[in-house]
Amino acid sequence: MNPSLRGSTAIVGVGLAGCGEATGRSEMEISAEASWKALADAGLKMSDIDGLITASVTNFMPTLSLGEYLGVRPRFSDTNSIGGSSFVSHLITASMALNYGLCNNVLVSYGSTQRTGVGRAEQGKMKSALDPLVYEAPYKPFNPPTSYALATARHMHQYGTTREQLAAVAVAARQWAQLNPEAFTRDPLTIEEVLKSRMISDPLTVRDCCLVTDGAGAYVLTRADRAKAAPRPSAYMLGVGAAHWHRQISSMPDLTVTAASESGPAAFAMAGLKPGDVDVVELYDAFTINVILFLEDLGFCKKGEGGAFVSGGNIAPGGKLPVNTNGGGLSCVHPGMYGIFTMIEAVRQLRHDAGERQVKGAEVALAHGNGGVLSSQVTALFGTAATL
Amino acid sequence: MSAEFPDKGPEQTYFDALRAGRFQIQKCGACAKHIFYPRVLCPHCGSNQVEWVAPSGRGSVYSTSIVRRKVDAGGDYNVALIDLAEGPRLMSRVDGIALDQIRIGMQVQAKVLTEADKPLLVFVPETGKP
Repeated sequence: MNPSLRGSTAIVGVGLAGCGEATGRSEMEISAEASWKALADAGLKMSDIDGLITASVTNFMPTLSLGEYLGVRPRFSDTNSIGGSSFVSHLITASMALNYGLCNNVLVSYGSTQRTGVGRAEQGKMKSALDPLVYEAPYKPFNPPTSYALATARHMHQYGTTREQLAAVAVAARQWAQLNPEAFTRDPLTIEEVLKSRMISDPLTVRDCCLVTDGAGAYVLTRADRAKAAPRPSAYMLGVGAAHWHRQISSMPDLTVTAASESGPAAFAMAGLKPGDVDVVELYDAFTINVILFLEDLGFCKKGEGGAFVSGGNIAPGGKLPVNTNGGGLSCVHPGMYGIFTMIEAVRQLRHDAGERQVKGAEVALAHGNGGVLSSQVTALFGTAATL
Repeated sequence: MSAEFPDKGPEQTYFDALRAGRFQIQKCGACAKHIFYPRVLCPHCGSNQVEWVAPSGRGSVYSTSIVRRKVDAGGDYNVALIDLAEGPRLMSRVDGIALDQIRIGMQVQAKVLTEADKPLLVFVPETGKP
């Protein structure tokens, strides 16, 4: 990708809606509410939106539905669908479209009511009928947990990573969630409680797994020259990289190395930054192993040392690297495709809007999306105006 | 019959053979690498010169998990990733050994079963030369 994309676009508005439980509301309704909030935050009107992007696991033509619902007739639209990292990957296409003048303001919006929505069991059955994974399905992996459990077991075997180290990821997320009034789960949580909780697919317990919630998130991206006029501080896109190597866990080349080892260096190269320059890190923590794998693959520690890195409160509030400051998918919100929430929390941190959980003086934030079963990886680096 | 691609797709061919009790994988005629799952193109080099071969059936457990399920729903069961001696990895199940005894690195041997009227490839611990 052309390095000149660095600093060329910025997020000027973000919005959340229906996080936790959105009983009585549809996916489109909460997605529209999040979009409205993002526009208000950006000081823009719906008529200013001429680029539209979304993705969905329930809608076959989600961008058409969203455009129709919002009354937007986009000059540019896109629907890259690579799982939970999709909305981070949309930063790439949106930035290219903006740089080429195909549009001026791109709205990226996501909504899911997987917790309270009706007909979820039927949708699940239809999905497996329409998209059968014929070489894995006969063995009944309880997915996604089983696929991540296989990666976890391999990491433990190869590097001696322990269940206590995995539990430290869940406990750190919970401690951050306790500082975030918007987080869904804020009860105290200890390492012992994680270890003793119900086993789902060995070695992962229910507390090693993300929440199942509703939620919507939206962001507005514009060119950096226009971002200067935005009412609130903008989060400039400094670097972005994406990679995917497999879809099914049985096709992952090495279960201890994700494609974040490619997306991360690409994002850092574009930004001209290194891991040590990052003030706050937002990683897609679908399962506790994710955080360990991504910290390694993105270069925050060496391969195999992720377990030690997350221990001793190092990534918890007051630790040496603030990771998943909203509480993450493990304790804040996880409506199925969490990636967009990593970006929204990164923007809030860079605006110094994060209240009790604010990382002091945050200037550079990393947001990392994961999709499928460690399948797609997208890394984005954002900075304040001072980093341009 | 097209010269370049078979009329019957490799997915159907694979499951037909499995139904007849035969486990077969592919090998690329261009790059000589083994392929699983079966495809019309080699995922290593893009060639359409894929051929069926009989694998040794030998493999080792690359990773393993126990899926926890209520007893009245059938109880716990194993899901494993097996690295075939020929190279490819696949998802399967290790049978013939207690669930908590299945270990990464364990040497296993392929076995074709019929389960719920469908053919199923599983692996059992290798017991030495038959």
